[in-house]
Amino acid sequence: MTSITLTVNGEPITATIPPRLHLADFLRDHLGLTGTHLGCEHGVCGACTVRLDGAIVRGCLVLAVQADCCTVETIEGLSDSGEVADLQHAFAARNALQCGYCTPGMVMTAQDFLLHAPADASRAAIREHLSGNYCRCTGYEAIVDAVETTLNARRTS
Amino acid sequence: MKFSNPARPDAQIGLARARPQARALVQGRGTFASDITVPRMVHAAFLRSPYAHATITAIDLAQARTMPGVVAVLDGAAMADLCTPWVGVLTHLKGLKSAPQHPLAVGRVRWQGEPVAMVLANTRAQAEDAAEHIMVSYDPLPPVVDAAAALAPGAPIIHPELGDNLAFERHIDTGNTDAAFAAADHIIEADFTFGRHTGVTLEARAVVADWNEGEQRLTVHQGTQVPHMMQTIYALHLGLDESQVRVICPDVGGSFGIKIHVYPDEMAAVAASRLLRRPVRFAADRLESFVSDIHARDHTVHARLAVMNDGTITGFDIDDLTGIGPYSAYPRTSAVEANQVINLIGGPYRFAHYRARTRVAFQNKAMMSQYRAVGHPIATSVTEGLLDRAAQRLGIDPVTIRRRNLIPDDAYPCTSPSGMRFEALSHHACLDRLLTLMDYDGLRAEQASLRERGIMRGIGIASFIEITNPGAAFYGVGGARISAQDGATIRLDATGRLIVQASVTEQGQGTTTILAQIAAEAMGVAFEHIRVMLGDTDITPYGGGTWASRAAGIGGEATWQAARALRDQILTLAASILQETPTNLDISGGAVIDHASRAERITLAELARIAYFRPDTLPKGIQAELIATRHYVPREYPFAFTNGIQAAWLELDTETGFITLLKHWVVEDCGTIINPLLVDEQIRGGVVQGIGAALFEQCDYDSEGQMLNASMADYLVPMAGEMPDIIIGHVTTPTAESTIGAKGAGEAGTAAAAAAVANAVNDALSPRGITIDTIPLTPARILAALATYADGVGRG
Repeated sequence: MTSITLTVNGEPITATIPPRLHLADFLRDHLGLTGTHLGCEHGVCGACTVRLDGAIVRGCLVLAVQADCCTVETIEGLSDSGEVADLQHAFAARNALQCGYCTPGMVMTAQDFLLHAPADASRAAIREHLSGNYCRCTGYEAIVDAVETTLNARRTS
Repeated sequence: MKFSNPARPDAQIGLARARPQARALVQGRGTFASDITVPRMVHAAFLRSPYAHATITAIDLAQARTMPGVVAVLDGAAMADLCTPWVGVLTHLKGLKSAPQHPLAVGRVRWQGEPVAMVLANTRAQAEDAAEHIMVSYDPLPPVVDAAAALAPGAPIIHPELGDNLAFERHIDTGNTDAAFAAADHIIEADFTFGRHTGVTLEARAVVADWNEGEQRLTVHQGTQVPHMMQTIYALHLGLDESQVRVICPDVGGSFGIKIHVYPDEMAAVAASRLLRRPVRFAADRLESFVSDIHARDHTVHARLAVMNDGTITGFDIDDLTGIGPYSAYPRTSAVEANQVINLIGGPYRFAHYRARTRVAFQNKAMMSQYRAVGHPIATSVTEGLLDRAAQRLGIDPVTIRRRNLIPDDAYPCTSPSGMRFEALSHHACLDRLLTLMDYDGLRAEQASLRERGIMRGIGIASFIEITNPGAAFYGVGGARISAQDGATIRLDATGRLIVQASVTEQGQGTTTILAQIAAEAMGVAFEHIRVMLGDTDITPYGGGTWASRAAGIGGEATWQAARALRDQILTLAASILQETPTNLDISGGAVIDHASRAERITLAELARIAYFRPDTLPKGIQAELIATRHYVPREYPFAFTNGIQAAWLELDTETGFITLLKHWVVEDCGTIINPLLVDEQIRGGVVQGIGAALFEQCDYDSEGQMLNASMADYLVPMAGEMPDIIIGHVTTPTAESTIGAKGAGEAGTAAAAAAVANAVNDALSPRGITIDTIPLTPARILAALATYADGVGRG
């Protein structure tokens, strides 16, 4: 067992955990942050996407011990801070989710795109950035629409 | 009822309402079965067979039982005492046979991935650790992997007591097929091969079973489409009364038919909860999903089409073969897909002579059964592939041959040669709309000019029919306790709002939202004042759940009728309070109004206050009844067929074999559209699943029955980068069977997308005289086909 100290959604956390525990399991099982979902646990589907020191990572490919002394942000944190309220509203309004299981990871990845994309980014660029996040329900078009809508709204605001 | 008039009072049906449930889901605040934690819960992990076919000679659980955190370790013999086996047959599928299937293999394993032993431990990681210390000795048997080989004389027999590996065979013979082919000007012949693929729901299957020894009651939280069916199954196989079983369906992370079957690992987890008297969670990981979820579409079809010089088709002659794994799935069987294939082939077209055979073989692969658009993609690909070949042979446009043969829009009702009864379809109207939407002539001109520059683009068109709103014809008539009817209960709460409890379920398609829209309009209240509760056998009326595109058409109609019944009860009560006759009153905007003047008489909130808190003020003999329940099942037709047409536009790179999807179009007719936003996204999602089958998805097995690509890194699914934008149009032909007139829309996208894409690829390849009859159309397959052409040119 290893002791770690980190900040999760602004809250200081100290925990003693097995070294093999990955970050997504730590968030879900130890902190009850079940918004981070598991889809494949080998880094392909993107459902467990979280922010680690400001950069998005696959929660299943990072060990919790690697997050020692780091800042972790999850969908719950981004929701409560209001950082992605416009994006979430666009997702809901455009029905860019059905079962909703991919959605937290999709929102995390889309927000990463929106923070770094040029204001005139194309739909193809949105599709490219989201291409590591698997959605079985929507066929992606509505998600691309929601991200594009948010991009345009942020550019004009 | 005219739902097409947008100016009608309290209009809700037809509005593109966003789903209120999305708010929680976008925040990661949904509750999926794999999120649920119950005090004292243990976690299950399974040791699965590494062999496709072997005898189990010994199992040693001793070492595993000493591992940290382990609560119990069980093998097939122990599990057989807790849970009775099941057999996946239905009496209306005559001759279908299967063998008893246990939660954990007993004596013999029959596919790679079959559960053999189970560990229950304090964490999933501990359970997996211990599973590695279970010692199983196997004596390998020759695997039967290929479906044709399984039926060959001398093949090893997977269930010796059944005599052979033929699970099911069915023939259709209508008209005089031999004469039709003898008289045909042309006979088009092709062998189609479809890749076995699977649902890959992003949330894998998950169940939390909680046997309460004190209450003598089992609660199962399960991502499922069919809570009442599962209640029946658990009671039956665990020796409980149905009243002792509650199934709760929380948010479901994708289903598409995958979460509608009985799985041995889930049964084992539920049985173990009863044994241990504590909750058990089983959440499949991705690797075990690939080898234990239901697969689908593993078919080869030898197909012949009789066609005349003027393009008139006169007959189909079909021989379908499919391998379903070692058991027929329970309780829906694994013969339905094959049955649908031969029921649906040729479905959009007028012809008289039809002969078809389908054979369903046992084999040592993962089990196959119903997955989204059961049988439709195969039937559509065969039909539309043959039509394109016929058009090419005759030198006519693919649109021309379809126009000539599609059943006329004024020919209904009518019956297909396979016996399918069509109430009212709109093939020609859909074709017209499609050609306009896609600017067909413009695209053909663009294609021709690009071809001159060596750019190979293709257009593919595929008409389809779709089975929705099934009644008892699917399962009930065959003896399965799978309800064909659904119910809705609506009550007025004490603040004048409505609570709907219904037996259809939600997996993200928007059932909750459309039931709220229907109840709001039927009653005359605000959409926001409706609360909908689904997916709990303790609180909803009894019903079949959500499958085969039945939630809107059947559950929606039950909701409409329940709301109208409650409306009448409310008007009766209001009339007594207001000393008015009920026919002079109406409900609109959440209030009882004067029918003629539309002036408000009493709000529903005030009426509820009187009924619940001051019943003493009501006239003598008046008891307020502010709850109503209605059930519904279509009775005139066994299914409500819908129809539509799709088109694909793509570019093929001859150097790499890669295909770029440029655009996709769908025009479909699902009758009355309750919520166009939700219908369109159902169709888009379905199209992309069909595109997955066309281009990417295939469960690859080697000759030993080992699945070679059982991970998301190796099994390719459609991702955002490769998918096109999809343009959708509608033609609306409501079913006359129900008040609302809604048919289903969940299968439409998947039904024809692969056919449209394959036809487009073959259209792109047509200058080189190549056609490919196998999907997925991988770059390797396309390059191999192009190489054949190059060889031919070289030799010529």
